[in-house]
Amino acid sequence: MAKKANPPLSRRAWITTTSGVIAAGLIKTQVDAVKIAAQEAATPAQDPTKVPGRLTSELGQRAPAEQPLRLVRSPNLSSSSRTPLQDLYGIITPADLHFERHHAGIPNIVQEEHELLIHGMVERPMVFKMADLKRYPQTSRIRFVECSGNGGGAYNRDRMPTEVTPQSLDGLLSTSEWTGVLLSTILREVGIRNGASWILAEGSDAAVMSRSVPLEKAMDDAMLAYGQNGEAIRPEQGYPVRLLLPGWEGNAQVKWLRRIEVTDRPTMTREETSKYTDPLKGGRARQFSFVMDAKSLITFPAFPYQLPDRGWWEIKGLAWSGRGKITRVDVSTDGGSSWTPAELQGPILSKSTVRFRHLWDWDGRETHILSRAVDETGYVQPTVHQLWDARGERTSYHQNHQRAWKIASDGAVTFGLGDLV
Amino acid sequence: MKRLSVLMVSVLFTGCGQADLPVTTSDVLPTEVADRLPLSSPRTFGFGGEATDERIAMWDIDVKPDGEGLPSGSGTVAQGKLVYETQCIACHGATGTEGPFDRLVGTGPWEEWPSARVVGAYWPYATTLFDYIVKAMPQLTPGTLTADQTYAVIAYVLNMNGLVADDAVMDATTLPAVEMPGRDRFVPDDRKGGPEVR
Repeated sequence: MAKKANPPLSRRAWITTTSGVIAAGLIKTQVDAVKIAAQEAATPAQDPTKVPGRLTSELGQRAPAEQPLRLVRSPNLSSSSRTPLQDLYGIITPADLHFERHHAGIPNIVQEEHELLIHGMVERPMVFKMADLKRYPQTSRIRFVECSGNGGGAYNRDRMPTEVTPQSLDGLLSTSEWTGVLLSTILREVGIRNGASWILAEGSDAAVMSRSVPLEKAMDDAMLAYGQNGEAIRPEQGYPVRLLLPGWEGNAQVKWLRRIEVTDRPTMTREETSKYTDPLKGGRARQFSFVMDAKSLITFPAFPYQLPDRGWWEIKGLAWSGRGKITRVDVSTDGGSSWTPAELQGPILSKSTVRFRHLWDWDGRETHILSRAVDETGYVQPTVHQLWDARGERTSYHQNHQRAWKIASDGAVTFGLGDLV
Repeated sequence: MKRLSVLMVSVLFTGCGQADLPVTTSDVLPTEVADRLPLSSPRTFGFGGEATDERIAMWDIDVKPDGEGLPSGSGTVAQGKLVYETQCIACHGATGTEGPFDRLVGTGPWEEWPSARVVGAYWPYATTLFDYIVKAMPQLTPGTLTADQTYAVIAYVLNMNGLVADDAVMDATTLPAVEMPGRDRFVPDDRKGGPEVR
């Protein structure tokens, strides 16, 4: 049956919408009918210029065809999910796609009842309600948060993956505009006593997860964050308040924060002794390795994409450093033999991800593409060989070495670091 | 009208720069303003309440490596075996080595890594066991073990690792005194940025 051009209100839509609502007395005018048709009748097959569009709504939604998702590996036992880095533009991670990592699930906290206790080596031990914290001078900063285990799947010489996406390999990385009060403001309020040198930050989750943090960082740029990308911080990221330690490993940025004890020594919690410590050669292990060193990742082209033809392609990716600003990102399209500085796209912010781009005229031959970040301290993102030499091949955490993608002659892209080691 | 066109053309030329380069927007914003507390801030704001000693005692349950914070109570290896076999065995295995979750027992050489991240070879402080277990374990009913049960199950785990005798009793005095083989493994972070890879 040949289909006619859709009238403003199709007969089917009219019947569908009227059958229920006429009885309810909702359609009183032609305008009402058009409104209902607009809400219920639009399908992708219709010419959008020939049917009224959907009306306003209290909460927006993504386009039906655009449904980026976090990657959850085993839904039954999962304690982490990964950000779809390859699907995102710019540097900000939509809050509902921010990676998750928690140790005993996401607690259900009522903001009005939540309290933050600060005690220990202070002049005035205090309890803060959220309304109290929000009354203090407020600040916002764009900062990345990364799990220090991110990317560890591409370190073992014998188990180099090939079919990993930016998300599955390095998706424990997200960037947000965080809003809150500087921790230094609150510590000034309670008064730090002489001799104090550490804090213990403790969460209100079922693991009562806690980490020791040097007082120096607490007084520098640490924040008690209650906002994320313009809205209240999400439950998965620590609602109603988390500790934000810009540039430091995610685990130390305790979520669902309920207690800070000011101390003169670290507490030696489980997460800073048996976990989140980095084995080195010679039977040693690095402890309190907080800072995330400079790193970069090409997010396009990447597995499972296949370049459909040779010619001009824009290599795109993210770079970040926990020590400050990224000053340069080099890209190699010949397996690391030669390097060219990529375009850095502003804003270039301290301890934030930055976008880099490099236009590449692919000649159709098999090759490997790599990126390496340089930060303002002069640190150059190392090769995996350099990390193996410095730390040994069986370390864990902080594996920020250069990544590589293999471009096959048919355009198929796979993770290619294994070919280069 | 003519003046407007000229203006627009000049804006376009200025905006595009060299015509043979791809149009980019690598505009770098100026250094972020260090947002500190405003200079006009009072010495204290007074938002928030005083924390009483009772209030602090309710939540201040962490245990320091010298034993500060350990509660009274005690537990034996034999008592701990009972706790372990009812509360822990499903996740950590009959001998603390089988999993499916974290392996607890082992004194093997470093090369076993990562399976060697066990209590007997890696954990630097015995007090950490109390601090962690009393709050976070068992996984599905966290925070339900009594102090006595916690001391007891720690005694059993340490005994399985060969670190305390079969008749050992763990309490606020004996637990911090347990010598942990992992203690000397740990070194401070010596990474500091700059050109050197560490």
